[in-house]
Amino acid sequence: MSTVATDDHHDDHQESPYSIKRWLFTTNHKDIGTLYLWFSFIMFLIGGVMALVIRTELFEPGLQFVDPQFFNSMTTMHAIMMIFGVVMPAFTGLANWLIPMMVGATDMALPRMNNWSFWILPFAFAMMLSTLFMDGGGPAGGWTLYPPLVLQTGDALPFVILSMHFMGLSSIMGAINVIATILNMRAPGMTLMKMPLFVWTWLITAYLLIAVMPVLAGGITMLLTDKFFETSFFNAAGGGDPVMFQHIFWFFGHPEVYILILPSFGVVSSIIPTFARKPLFGYASMVYATGSIAFLSFIVWAHHMFTVGMPLAGELFFMFATMLIAVPTGVKVFNWVATMWRGAMTFETPMLFALGFIIMFSIGGFSGLMLALAPVDFQYHDTYFVVAHFHYVLVPGSIFAIIAAVYYWLPKWCGNMYNEGLGKAHFWLSTIFVNLTFFPMHFVGLAGMPRRIPDYALQFSDYNAMATYGAFGFGLSQLLFLYLVIKAIRGGEKATSQVWENAEGLEWTLPSPPPYHSFTTPPVIK
Amino acid sequence: MMSGNNWLKWLSAVSGMFAAMGAANAGQPINMPVGVTDISANVYDMHMIAFWLCVWIAVLVFAVMFYSMFAHRKSKGYTPATFHESTTVEAIWTTIPFIILIALAIPATKTLVEMEDTSDYDLTVKITGYQWLWHYEYIDEGVDFYSVLNTPRSQINGEEAKTENYLLEVDKELVLPVGKKVRFLITANDVNHAWWVPDLAVKKDAIPGFINEAWTKVNTPGTYRGQCAELCGRDHGFMPIVVRVVEQAEFDQFLADNTTLEKDGAEYAAVTQ
Ligand SMILES: [Cu+2]
Repeated sequence: MSTVATDDHHDDHQESPYSIKRWLFTTNHKDIGTLYLWFSFIMFLIGGVMALVIRTELFEPGLQFVDPQFFNSMTTMHAIMMIFGVVMPAFTGLANWLIPMMVGATDMALPRMNNWSFWILPFAFAMMLSTLFMDGGGPAGGWTLYPPLVLQTGDALPFVILSMHFMGLSSIMGAINVIATILNMRAPGMTLMKMPLFVWTWLITAYLLIAVMPVLAGGITMLLTDKFFETSFFNAAGGGDPVMFQHIFWFFGHPEVYILILPSFGVVSSIIPTFARKPLFGYASMVYATGSIAFLSFIVWAHHMFTVGMPLAGELFFMFATMLIAVPTGVKVFNWVATMWRGAMTFETPMLFALGFIIMFSIGGFSGLMLALAPVDFQYHDTYFVVAHFHYVLVPGSIFAIIAAVYYWLPKWCGNMYNEGLGKAHFWLSTIFVNLTFFPMHFVGLAGMPRRIPDYALQFSDYNAMATYGAFGFGLSQLLFLYLVIKAIRGGEKATSQVWENAEGLEWTLPSPPPYHSFTTPPVIK
Repeated sequence: MMSGNNWLKWLSAVSGMFAAMGAANAGQPINMPVGVTDISANVYDMHMIAFWLCVWIAVLVFAVMFYSMFAHRKSKGYTPATFHESTTVEAIWTTIPFIILIALAIPATKTLVEMEDTSDYDLTVKITGYQWLWHYEYIDEGVDFYSVLNTPRSQINGEEAKTENYLLEVDKELVLPVGKKVRFLITANDVNHAWWVPDLAVKKDAIPGFINEAWTKVNTPGTYRGQCAELCGRDHGFMPIVVRVVEQAEFDQFLADNTTLEKDGAEYAAVTQ
């Protein structure tokens, strides 16, 4: 075990939570985890307002509120905010809070880099948001940034690219820190196959991040040189190929999809056994399934681009490889159900969100399997069916898992219980509205509504109106979440160390809230 | 803790919501069209097979899950079991999905091979995407024209009532003969677009500098409407596609009545106004 500077003397004079200096210069994994989580929530509100702008314009046919160009920049920014600003930082926040406690370490392995990887983000996103006010408006070519369209962006383009470089840098540093912590700082006796699944899924996610963020960086840098330095990487007139960008982008983009979901699997695998009062079914196969999904994620990228005119052999390969992902994903779902089977379940808020995750993530998985079938994908591609699909895996998928994690570990973090009744209300409101928002999108997509349009034909009107009601309901329900979290932080029923009757893992052996430096002496692993 | 009764109340409220969604909107389409070509019918069948397969798997898995949620709860005094692995069960639920996937892949491969076979065509139409209109050229017949949205601005801005084919109507439709294999050569002049007509089950990206191939053979005369499917800038939502499929005689007459445009800049500029 490496000996990392433990900064024990800080214990005595941990600075007040109201001092700016404490948060700016902190190298503590809990402080940084908190910063990441609050940052993520603020971005969630901003990205959510963008979603509501989109839904307001789409409430009925006709152009009512915004210019089509601004509409396009809302869809583009909404995606960038939610992916890079919400889900990824929230997972990094959870990793910061939980991994050192779960593996029995004092802190993350690289605390100063940890500080830096967080503090890059507010600057990156401030720059990204500032592009909305630049000449020519914000980026409006979709978050996928396909050339040649993206090269028509106004003054915003270099700022968009620079800020995405910063986001990538932050993610890579976060990933390095996670790997270094997991591989070097585990308490004696904690072998890899004894690690909680949240740690395992994050370890694999971190490798995915390190593998693909540089690919994105390469792709967007080529956009930059095509625009400003007369290169022709993606310009057919200069001997380049616009489709090559799509290959590069999705070689990053598909593993990215799993970066956004694997830690959720870890969260759900922690919560289900606790509230079923029964050990996780098939621990080893869960680890192998996560590994297989990560491996497959590198060889399926072109299923995002079946319509670009690939050779038949290419289409067949990507179709078969994509279908294969259903196998390890199925294993996960079956294992969760088997964990519940013959347990003694209770349904506290984290459990409700985890169960909602399993069911609604599976719905997204099913539409994913349908999308894998190349001949049918020609009909689904770039329609609202795809929008419905990825929102099912990301909202009641990733976001529900993040919310479940917050309810589950919040009493540990702040030492107080949240209000259970309101927590349940938050779950039911979120579930009803999330389905009201995204389920009708399957219908309009199948019936022929393309995505990324500000106005639509009359036969799509009813379900679009429904989705708009759902979106406002879902958005407002999240304010209840904010209220609940703040209330719990400020006080409430005191939580015990174990918090939940059957919670297992090192983090539950520490007091609630845990000491500033988690394990100053390594715990004994049975 | 939520009692069994509460659960049922919630469940019926949620299912009631979905039932209401279905009933209130009986008039609007919620599924993929069967379309008017052999391929589109095949694609529709594949879609429905995959859909029902997913529904049945979902019913099975969720039934087990919900049964467990009702039966195996602490409030019923249930003592938890302690098992946590079973190689047999895990092998079974790895193998069965694999077999189902193979069964699904076979018809999908067959349909895909047919879709990609552009040989033995009777007619070639070159389709070029522009920001934000389409250009059609009957390559061997010497006929070409632009096709632009003709929904009046006043309808879009809500100053006038929207009519039946709002946003899905053009000044000049693409006319094709019924029962003939038509090959499309698809490209673009500025940014990526995608040419998509759901009833033909044809969607192909239009990419500047590259030419993609697709084909269709329409069985039933009629008018079929689609849209650009790849984000192409400000008016992406306003470049529809209308295909009118007619008998051969009417098609010959159409060719005779039309000629080649002067494709100079002025003409293009005039059209894009
Ligand atoms: Cu277009």
